[in-house]
Amino acid sequence: MKKIALILTITAFATGCFAGNITVKGSDTLLVLAQKWAEIYMASNTNVKISVSGGGTGVGFAALQSQTTDLCDASRSIKPAEKQKCLIAFGAKPTEYKVALDGLSVYVNPENPVKELTVGQVGDIFSGKITNWKDVGGPDAAITVYSRENSSGTYEFFKSHVLQGSDFVASAQTMPGTAAIVQAIIKDKYSIGYGGAAYGGGTKQLAIKATDASPAILPTEETVMNGSYPIWRHLYIYVNPAQDKDEIGAYLKWIRSDDGQQYVKDIGYYPLPKDLRSN
Amino acid sequence: MTPSEQNDSRRTSGWMGIQRGHQARPGEWLAEKFIFLVSLSAILMVLLIFLFVAREALPVFLGQTDTALVKKPIPPDDLDKLSPAKLEAYLEITPEQFAKMTKANLHDLMEMKVEEQDDVPEKFRNDPDAHINTTEWKYLVQPHQWKGYDKPEYIWQPVGEIKKFNIIPLVVGTLKVTLIGLLFAVPLAVGAAIYVSQLARPRFREFLKPAIELLSGIPSVVVGFFALLVMATVLQSLFHYQTRLNAFVAGLALGFAVIPVIFSIAEDALTSVPRTYTQAALALGASRWQTAWQIVLPAALPGVFAAAVLGFGRAIGETMIVLMVCSASVMSWSVFDSARSITTTIAAEMAEAVSGGPHYRILFMLGALLFAATFISNMIGDLVIHRFKNKLEGKK
Repeated sequence: MKKIALILTITAFATGCFAGNITVKGSDTLLVLAQKWAEIYMASNTNVKISVSGGGTGVGFAALQSQTTDLCDASRSIKPAEKQKCLIAFGAKPTEYKVALDGLSVYVNPENPVKELTVGQVGDIFSGKITNWKDVGGPDAAITVYSRENSSGTYEFFKSHVLQGSDFVASAQTMPGTAAIVQAIIKDKYSIGYGGAAYGGGTKQLAIKATDASPAILPTEETVMNGSYPIWRHLYIYVNPAQDKDEIGAYLKWIRSDDGQQYVKDIGYYPLPKDLRSN
Repeated sequence: MTPSEQNDSRRTSGWMGIQRGHQARPGEWLAEKFIFLVSLSAILMVLLIFLFVAREALPVFLGQTDTALVKKPIPPDDLDKLSPAKLEAYLEITPEQFAKMTKANLHDLMEMKVEEQDDVPEKFRNDPDAHINTTEWKYLVQPHQWKGYDKPEYIWQPVGEIKKFNIIPLVVGTLKVTLIGLLFAVPLAVGAAIYVSQLARPRFREFLKPAIELLSGIPSVVVGFFALLVMATVLQSLFHYQTRLNAFVAGLALGFAVIPVIFSIAEDALTSVPRTYTQAALALGASRWQTAWQIVLPAALPGVFAAAVLGFGRAIGETMIVLMVCSASVMSWSVFDSARSITTTIAAEMAEAVSGGPHYRILFMLGALLFAATFISNMIGDLVIHRFKNKLEGKK
């Protein structure tokens, strides 16, 4: 019993000493934004030290379970298996905070005459049911499909929300990042790919119709924030509820405030709508 | 016996040849011991890595992984009715974790299992694919007709609601890229080796040999980058195929990484053919080309073969080039289709696989497969070279 009390005192003392240190780990999608937030927050709160690293959403959750990170950046919501592991590791479900919105664009080569597609057509193209541009009002040419690696949160989101859970066509070229997809599409006249709305420089972004009858909408800040552009997702931060206080709690609150949200757009994502903010 | 030979035979008597000398020269004795330990540690490392990979992959071989999406959950209120062992198996926790958890936590965990089942999208509830364990061997190596497909197919789609882990497209992709690489690299490297060792003038040889071996100094990520941006475009405009990034481009780029390996071993083998062979052939009136092609090459053939086998080991384990150039897990032997190699799969997917989950285990199983392939090819290569050297030296 004495031993446990001693250990508790030491841990309490140690955490007291390092309370100003916050570690953030997880999604590479959120990495640049997380770094920006940390930089700005540290500049005005000199007693807090925030270290940010990437590695992927899965890596972030693994670190959250092993309690080697305080905050976990995630580009998808937590999976049941990960939630259960957190419960086993620290006896609670992690708290979820939505921290930004991300609109996903569908890119094509600028020379491609196709301007708009429905979500269903996009899903059919990526799952291989449509293989020629002439079926969607384009020239008679085979479609080359570029996708992300299956380790990417974007891939999973696209698979579940646009492909409705069916498989990507086997011949889809998987690229290591959005930049690689954009590069490939610029060089490949009859190709199609997807990625963050802000990263499509040099390609043409398609206007997307939610259904056949709805209007075609281009991804912009306004259309993503009001939900009229159909392909968008939340970005998250997860935290052990026992840690969600003091410096960490204050930092999370700041991120979701008007002050923190104003930097989201600089990185190419979209700020939270007013009702999800902390103030 | 010359004096030096006498000396040698005495020095090599006893364990490691140091029995006699260690009292006289303690420094040397220490150095020898140290080097011996270092070399032992290298062997130990290989063994440890192998054990680690095998341990992580073991549940796949033992059939302990289960990916069935729809399972019948146990009601949380039945917590007390279950034995601890059954509970551990159901909740997928170790006995140590079980001992640490409170009853309330266990109850929560069981509720989560129920929630997990409630969250399964409606369209998968009656899908027969959602009820099978996709990590069984028949789904790993045999084609299966998944929902939404017209015929049984080999599908590698490890992320999603129904996880499809068929490894055949990856094996085919690996072999396809490796064979294209070897078909490109072996003739070039062996040709260069024949030229450098037999035909080139000495001054030219001194420049050519290091120049070719310098190729091995180029980091493979740079080769991959070059292939991605330059070779892919040039080759597409030459051959007019549809897929810009395909196994052909990756294979050629891989060839560049393998050429120096094959070249230097083949060149060694050709050079070690005794000069008496060459001299005899030339004295009998053969031209330099006839000597090289009909006398030296056949004599050195086992060594050249070993070079190709070692090149195969290098090519099959190469990651970066294939990762950068092509990575679609399409089941096709066509060289102008894409391919996804085993190394690419491991490198790209390991970071996001849930640690200890089925995807993670299968990636380790692929790693073990790759380890076995390179180990066997390197062993064959080494054995053949050894035999060849002994034969030329007349030892056997």
